[in-house]
Amino acid sequence: MHVTSPVREPLIQGGKTYADVTEDICRHVEGAPTKEWKIAFGISLLVLAYGSVCLAWTWWEGLGVWGLNKTVGWAWDITNFVWWVGIGHAGTLISAILLLFRQKWRTSINRAAEAMTIFAVLCAASFILMHMGRPWMAYWALPLPNVFGSLWVNFNSPLVWDVFAISTYFSVSLVFWYIGLIPDLATIRDRATSNISRFMYGTFAMGWDGSAKTWARYEYISLILAGLSTPLVLSVHTIVSMDFATSVIPGWHTTIFPPYFVAGAIFSGFAMVQNLMLITRVVYKLEDYITLEHIETMNKVITLTGSVVGVAYITEFFIAWYGGVEYEYYAFFNRMTGPYWWAYWAMMTCNVISPQLFWSRKLRRSITFTFFISVVVNIGMWFERFVIIVTSLHRDYIPSSWAMFSPTRFDIGDYIFSFGLFFTLFLLFSKYLPVVNMAEVKAVLRSTSAQMPAKIAGVAKVRQRGTAQPAYDKDKE
Amino acid sequence: MAELSGKYLVGVYDDDDTVLHAVPRLRKAGVKIKEVYSPFPIHGMDEALGHPRTRIGIAAFMFGVTGCCCALTLMIWTMGIDWPMIIGGKDPISIPNYIPITFELTVLFTAFGMATTFFISNGLGPGTHFHPRFDVRSTDNKFVMAIDLGRNSMTEEDITRALRDSGAEEVNVKQF
Repeated sequence: MHVTSPVREPLIQGGKTYADVTEDICRHVEGAPTKEWKIAFGISLLVLAYGSVCLAWTWWEGLGVWGLNKTVGWAWDITNFVWWVGIGHAGTLISAILLLFRQKWRTSINRAAEAMTIFAVLCAASFILMHMGRPWMAYWALPLPNVFGSLWVNFNSPLVWDVFAISTYFSVSLVFWYIGLIPDLATIRDRATSNISRFMYGTFAMGWDGSAKTWARYEYISLILAGLSTPLVLSVHTIVSMDFATSVIPGWHTTIFPPYFVAGAIFSGFAMVQNLMLITRVVYKLEDYITLEHIETMNKVITLTGSVVGVAYITEFFIAWYGGVEYEYYAFFNRMTGPYWWAYWAMMTCNVISPQLFWSRKLRRSITFTFFISVVVNIGMWFERFVIIVTSLHRDYIPSSWAMFSPTRFDIGDYIFSFGLFFTLFLLFSKYLPVVNMAEVKAVLRSTSAQMPAKIAGVAKVRQRGTAQPAYDKDKE
Repeated sequence: MAELSGKYLVGVYDDDDTVLHAVPRLRKAGVKIKEVYSPFPIHGMDEALGHPRTRIGIAAFMFGVTGCCCALTLMIWTMGIDWPMIIGGKDPISIPNYIPITFELTVLFTAFGMATTFFISNGLGPGTHFHPRFDVRSTDNKFVMAIDLGRNSMTEEDITRALRDSGAEEVNVKQF
């Protein structure tokens, strides 16, 4: 029997019924695109177009158009890659780990968060292709017998692990997301009024009929996919961190990297989810579904992971001193006080201090403040990757090789490309697909909504009467 | 999905608890239920209907084992046998370095294999425009029970009454 706990606020507010959920979520999918959506989509297309021109020129002319030099061989490209992959961790965390932990609040946000994951991983992959310089040779990273000799890829290399990790993560997230979408696509198909939308949604709904047998299998594979995705999501950023940690560059060669990167990834991912959901809930009038409770809970996750990241920074610094390796010590001391001190302190302020403000209940329930901090966190996490990559590289062992990195317009343009790609895809998603998982919200509605207890009482009465004629038949006949 | 034929009785419920409790009552009364369609999963419904437990987990495990074996075979053969190389002073076959890719491929094979099994066993696929044929509201807010009259020995009137008694708000007849 379902029980409503009086201690917690209901997750879905406004006394919604099942039909209300369908109506509220389908409204934006079925209606014509709004003016605001068209303006936002136009802007993202312009940004994407500008970025594409920059990217085309980068590939045409070669990586010399970036600000890289012989000392700093990785800069914005890998910074952006790690940043986007990190952002792409929140979706699967919400849909997989929170499913295993039976956190019902995830149902309102998992769809959009997973979509964000997929788009963020695409942006990250675009930087991998970019930094190869010759993207038409990207297949060299695959284990194919090499036509230029008999060599295979080196399976001992974390860079090859990364190819497998990112592509597995992307495709498994896509499968997870798509299977979750099917019941909702069927709902839209069955409501569709035009032939074209019935055909399109019908094709992608794959003939879903919602039978008990299908649902039982659906629930079972959701659980297994969640069980698989949980270690997967942790493995991806672990392997990304090993790109650095298995090298012998002072500042990278650190055993703390895997957990520290994973915490940072969840931290920035939740911040991005906050940014997107705070806008989506207002634009699509979903305040009853994505409530202050959801925002507060996500802010708590941000504070937790932000604190883990803060502890990692301090531990790393302590070990650099305590370990007694002078190169390591120099790398860290140079981060803090060297020519890139501003990047280090931007990172410390944004990532360590700002999430601690959420200890105040008033602040973590303030929408404006949450939005502001989420932006700050993402800036901070970008600086974290920049600090790790560029400040560890820019002081080589020989002072004659010391160099600074300054971005060119193509470094910036290629970064802008990823924003254009991300927002174009997200806007298309948010217009043509349901941004909230209707089936899952309906499934938690009874145990979380204020409207339901009366219904439960009604059912109980029917059962007590046994086979006698139920009262509501009199109304009908 | 097999093509449907014959005459069906369709009970429409407006509450998931009602339909969940209706199923064992109707079965006890001797009604053979074909299937229940709902807009979201109802826990315990497949047990109540007497569906056997899904074996998709066994399939998933098999796919996982396949992925694991494929990954190890690939790496041991390429790195250790086809073109052995000493990298970083380690043996050509160094299993600890193969763990990340073995894990990733195990997950990849399991996820894709299981999803494919899911689609095939449910008869789902592109071009399968199998709309909910009993009641279109079963993907919105209604819980729909389908009873194949050809497979029941009880009369239509008896089943209709039993459906009403169990809390169905509508009972419709559907002929295919």
